[in-house]
Amino acid sequence: MSQYVPHTEAETRAMLAELGLQSTDALFSDVPDSVRLHAPVAIAPGMSQMETVQAMQKLAEQNTSYRLTLRGAGCYDHFIPPLVKLITSKEEFVTAYTPYQAEMSQGILQSIFEYQTMICELTGMDVSNAGVYDGATAAAESAVMCRERKRSVTLVSACAHPDTIAVMRTYCYGTGDELRIIPEKNGRTDAEAFRAMLGDDVAGVYIQQPNFYGMLEDVDVLFADAKAAGVKCILGANPMTLAVLPSGAEVGADIMCGDVQPFGLPMAFGGPSAGYMATTAAMQRKLPGRIVGQTTDAQGRRAFVLTLQAREQHIRREKASSNICSNEAHCALTASVYATYLGRHGLQAVADQCLSKAHAFAEQLCAIPGVSLRHEGAFFHEFVTNLPVAAEKVQAALEAEGVLSGLPLAGGMLWCVTEKAGDAQLAHVAELVKEACAK
Amino acid sequence: MMNLKNDRLYAESHEWVLFENDTTATIGLTDFAQSELGDLVFVNLPQIGDTLTAGETFADVESVKAVSDVYSPVSGTVVAVNEALLDAPQKINEDAFSAWFVKVENITARGKLMNAAEYQAFAEK
Amino acid sequence: MSEAVLLSYEKSVPGRYSEVIPRLDSPSWQLPQKWRRQKPPALPELSEIDVDRHYTELAHRAYGVNCGFYPLGSCTMKYNPAINEAAAALPGFVGAHPLAPAHAVQGCRAVMEELSADLCQITGMDAFNLQPAAGAHGELLGMLCVKAYHESRGDSGRVRMLVPDSAHGTNPASAAMAGFTVVNVPSRADGCVDLDALEALMGNDVAGMMMTNPNTLGLFEKDICKISRMVHASGGLMYYDGANLNAILGEARPGDMGFDVTHVNLHKTFSTPHGGGGPGSGPVGVKQLLAPFLPVVTSAGETGKLQMKAFHGNFGILVRALTYLRALGGDHLRAVSEHAVLNANYLMKRLKEVGFTPAKDVACMHEFVLTLEEIHDRYGVSALDVAKALIDYGIHPPTMYFPMIVHEALMFEPTETETRETLDHVADILARVMEDLKANPEAMHTAPHTAVIGRPYEVKAARTPVLRWKPET
Repeated sequence: MSQYVPHTEAETRAMLAELGLQSTDALFSDVPDSVRLHAPVAIAPGMSQMETVQAMQKLAEQNTSYRLTLRGAGCYDHFIPPLVKLITSKEEFVTAYTPYQAEMSQGILQSIFEYQTMICELTGMDVSNAGVYDGATAAAESAVMCRERKRSVTLVSACAHPDTIAVMRTYCYGTGDELRIIPEKNGRTDAEAFRAMLGDDVAGVYIQQPNFYGMLEDVDVLFADAKAAGVKCILGANPMTLAVLPSGAEVGADIMCGDVQPFGLPMAFGGPSAGYMATTAAMQRKLPGRIVGQTTDAQGRRAFVLTLQAREQHIRREKASSNICSNEAHCALTASVYATYLGRHGLQAVADQCLSKAHAFAEQLCAIPGVSLRHEGAFFHEFVTNLPVAAEKVQAALEAEGVLSGLPLAGGMLWCVTEKAGDAQLAHVAELVKEACAK
Repeated sequence: MMNLKNDRLYAESHEWVLFENDTTATIGLTDFAQSELGDLVFVNLPQIGDTLTAGETFADVESVKAVSDVYSPVSGTVVAVNEALLDAPQKINEDAFSAWFVKVENITARGKLMNAAEYQAFAEK
Repeated sequence: MSEAVLLSYEKSVPGRYSEVIPRLDSPSWQLPQKWRRQKPPALPELSEIDVDRHYTELAHRAYGVNCGFYPLGSCTMKYNPAINEAAAALPGFVGAHPLAPAHAVQGCRAVMEELSADLCQITGMDAFNLQPAAGAHGELLGMLCVKAYHESRGDSGRVRMLVPDSAHGTNPASAAMAGFTVVNVPSRADGCVDLDALEALMGNDVAGMMMTNPNTLGLFEKDICKISRMVHASGGLMYYDGANLNAILGEARPGDMGFDVTHVNLHKTFSTPHGGGGPGSGPVGVKQLLAPFLPVVTSAGETGKLQMKAFHGNFGILVRALTYLRALGGDHLRAVSEHAVLNANYLMKRLKEVGFTPAKDVACMHEFVLTLEEIHDRYGVSALDVAKALIDYGIHPPTMYFPMIVHEALMFEPTETETRETLDHVADILARVMEDLKANPEAMHTAPHTAVIGRPYEVKAARTPVLRWKPET
């Protein structure tokens, strides 16, 4: 018969007979004949499981396998502890549905409650939702949260990830709200230009920290200016950096958002992942997406439940502020398991290693003639260098030795160093770059 | 015997309106409405300065599983909002006639309104 | 009575630590003071064995498709094949950076091209975009394509989107997010779209209509070709919500019914797992006329182009779906829908025999709706009570109170991967529940009695939200 359909021919016949039907064809008598397919769909015929796995293996092997990845730009190669994979592979976590039936889903609900707590601790905000699709859509949804009757314009720094800007633009196209880009100056948000843009039609501003170029922004100053103009402040942050960078609460953010991919999720060509969104108590009911709350049952036992559902699409329908259904639960769970396992000290260790290695590597690169940091100022674990030769040449030279270089960017390269890079490896890569840059 | 007050008027959409004078009134939900809606968990109220139009929604109330629109019985301007309801929406369930939503001034028009007896007859149908 | 499971935070012991990656004794580089966090995040400190056991406890309090019957209507909780997980975990896929040079990720591109081509064939569409992360996300993209299409033709007066009153909540929400005004289309007594009412809504302000077929009652909209002709004649486009595609897989295609744009749910029809609430994937297929408006594959920040999320889409989910289609093949797609519809009709018949009432007493497709209105009137027992009672019998309840046009609704979708014995067993359980509710209706109001908790106080959770753990101060 067919993969995954357990019925034998005899069983199928017997069940049809009980329904008084002669054939499975009769099950589709309501489908107009003009619309019925009379031949199998033209896709490849089915295979055994062994052949299927082998076929997928062949496809995977068409990808280049790198020993070392020095490219970030929104997707990061961190060490994923085997325990994280083991725990998150449990079938109950993988195959469960959304925990609407609280009595049989306390495990899932508690894991989300723990995730929400983790996000609040990292961001310093009061409330987190259960997760959204990714960091870019989280930014777009955060912009919606800031809007009110007389203020509907969103400002976004040109130093935010280009995909974030593109997604925000797409969501604004839907609602008809305006998005304005704050210019970049030397790799950071142009503070003076920003101040001039703070009109009384502006609802919110989105600043990414560290920004797309890896640079550290003066977020507290930018947000102070925004607040003075009555504009809400959205801080977009890589959660790994929040182990050491100031929390949103410390810099005056009203909303924090970002992508949890660095927490235990593989790069996997960019997905799936989850976006986090956290905000102040005052704005909590504006959060889209699912939220888990704590309560009790009739026996006084602690119980977790999906709550504040009257915000959501299945109740508000066209009056919902967002159509979002999914909370990318398994990705949020993975992030939570990773952060729980590493704990406060482990996350600190990752951040320290990234910072230290990135700065050491930057120094090695800048010792190469013709290579210099493009932007002045502090950076985290990503940075842009100018190059004396075409970036593609450097990329190819490194690929020949199994290294994925930084991202070619306007004649230079956006590098990223994580804890996975060994000191000897980095020194060797610097040599390779030096050779590639020698004319 | 339905819980009603004779000092105010009622709309078919189950709001009450208590007139101070011809141009000033407070608005809330009837006891019948709150018992139909069940335990209320949140109220979305307008802001001071908002314009209300008779027959159009100006607020909504949430129970755990549903949202219900609240319609204005009059046209006018919101001058006060009962913020206590934001922290304790259960006040509407406990005492619907004290749980005013908004105070409205500059009332220029009224929707179709009934007295207590008429409303009782209407609601019991 | 079961023990409460402590939160990971409550199990935390200061100093507990696993050296997952090396700690730096003295970080060789310090952030300037102004960028140093004042208050470190208070995350748990646990040993490895504690972490391992903690999540084992949580897994024991979760219910997956591996645990038992999961008849949630319109969710298609079919078996999630193990080889899907194996394929998604292949190092070549897992280690691919989304911005790697094109020549280095030919495998990923091949996966996406093959899946797009397959989905086009399955749905009768001309082009597919794999970027949306979920069904609702795909709906939004579809709606934005419709909007962009009309605008490109100078037809910006088309502001109304027609949505049946039986539709899933995401449909009107997505239309509203795209800037449309939602117009509800009533259903007839037989549960299908009211053609006369629909005709009255036609006009040149209609951007399109969103439908799912079969509809949320599990009934095939026989007039679908008439409906799409009507909407097209009015200048609107037809959107297909692919949530119920499992009913017609290999039997019929939305593209042949007059639909111009569709989304499919890889986590429903195409067997990728639900994950406790995601990640899923909602690819969007279009006829050629809408193809110019789809997002481009590379994320290059092109202005003027729609982009739904960062990078390419939920690639790990795409791999799983392609693996499923490779194993199943074009020659066996039909077996999926045939047995999905067979199982649903079989179960519906068994439940009728046991005393339950279908909302519409006709043959269904892959799902059916029961109405417990009469039971509620006679015994005071609600659909919610019955659903909760099923938990005591170890099976996951069906969907409750949806679609909204049926009172005291319970929607069952068994899917094709359930055996006859399972369906018979479920019917036996419902028979016992029917006895219970007649014999002891009071006890039904407090079911479940044997789960780890009883019914939680949801009103309290919503009135005084406690949304995170806080240390006792």
